[in-house]
Amino acid sequence: MSELTEYLLRLADTDMVLAQRFCEWCGNAPALEEEIAMMNVGLDLLGQARNWYDYAAELLDDGRDADHLAFRRNEREYRNLLLAEQPRGDYAVTTAKQFFFDVWHHLVLTRLSDSSDERIAGLAAKGLKEVTYHRRRSSEWMLRLGQGTEESHRRLADAVNNLWRFTYELTDTDAIEDQLAEAGIGAGNVGDAWRAEVSAVLQQAGLDVPEPARHFYMDGKNGKHTEHLGFLLAEMQYLPRAYPDATW
Amino acid sequence: MQPGDFIFREREPFRGTPLGEADLPRAWDCLAQVPDPEVPVVSVVDLGMIRAVEWGDDRLHVKVSPTYSGCPATEVIERDVQEALEDIGFQDPCIERVLAPAWTTDWITEKGRQQLKDYGIAPPAVGQGRETLRDPGPAECPHCGSAETQQVSQFGSTACKALYKCRDCLEPFDYFKCL
Repeated sequence: MSELTEYLLRLADTDMVLAQRFCEWCGNAPALEEEIAMMNVGLDLLGQARNWYDYAAELLDDGRDADHLAFRRNEREYRNLLLAEQPRGDYAVTTAKQFFFDVWHHLVLTRLSDSSDERIAGLAAKGLKEVTYHRRRSSEWMLRLGQGTEESHRRLADAVNNLWRFTYELTDTDAIEDQLAEAGIGAGNVGDAWRAEVSAVLQQAGLDVPEPARHFYMDGKNGKHTEHLGFLLAEMQYLPRAYPDATW
Repeated sequence: MQPGDFIFREREPFRGTPLGEADLPRAWDCLAQVPDPEVPVVSVVDLGMIRAVEWGDDRLHVKVSPTYSGCPATEVIERDVQEALEDIGFQDPCIERVLAPAWTTDWITEKGRQQLKDYGIAPPAVGQGRETLRDPGPAECPHCGSAETQQVSQFGSTACKALYKCRDCLEPFDYFKCL
């Protein structure tokens, strides 16, 4: 598999897994407006995932399409960020998780809009418009929960601390990403900008800014996931795997 | 034409003389009748989704830009466009999905904006779609025209809308977000 295909699958899988996590809130959100907002954000991510999968499928050119890539690959083949697969938790966990991701996503898509690969640039520019809304929403919720009641503050602080180690992947790049960045195709490392933006919001929300996260043994971008991804895929992939010929 | 007409109606196979290159204006007229499934008062042309109608390789080519990446209406719209063109005599029209440049609310026509307003949806501000508003300004109430409105939720009944409330007439309304 080419580096570019790997890279596209990382983008696609992260969007896909996050969209699935959002689906879990359907019927469970704390307020109707929030449920609608989360379903909208999830739908945007699902659409963006499909665009990346379509491109990856064309490059693979082995008969697999976007559906196949989403629904017939196992967890070791999934390339999503570890952050994305973490359980949705309470609303503070969902908010912190989404905020960390949205800031990263916005930075990455901004850079990819200038990619020398025209297809990537076009898809990124389209996604960026949507992600601008996502980032604004999750930033506002960080402030609201952080500056809210004692309990909302405590829960958000716990969420930030528990999720923080997974942000390592957002601020680090591996050989594939470095190579594509050098070629003018990939986004490269957005770690500095990410830390600056996240720190500013955390401070404004009255939360401590943790020390930069350090590398640890798991590696979502290369298929080494936490135990949570398998369960997520089992639920998400059940129908297409049980009924391979099912169509709408 | 009503929403849903394209979903359940019986289709008659076209029996006349097939249309050709000289009939491109008829293709535009036809597309101007195809409604958006989610906002059925506005056509796909007035929403700015039809980017080009061209003739090539003995068939009609229509370029369609979806609004949001995950818009669930995308496939329905493409099928509606295809069937509408087939029904007036274009054989095997080719519908191409174009994602770049990305669709923007700036492409909604004046007519489309008025139709949105008449339908009770505040149209998006012009000229700001390309940047995506960081801080949406006040939307004008489509019911009473008041500018005293407040945002209830950044996200509404579909991906393209936000939920607002008018402080004067107290009616809730959808605002078509700038994109």
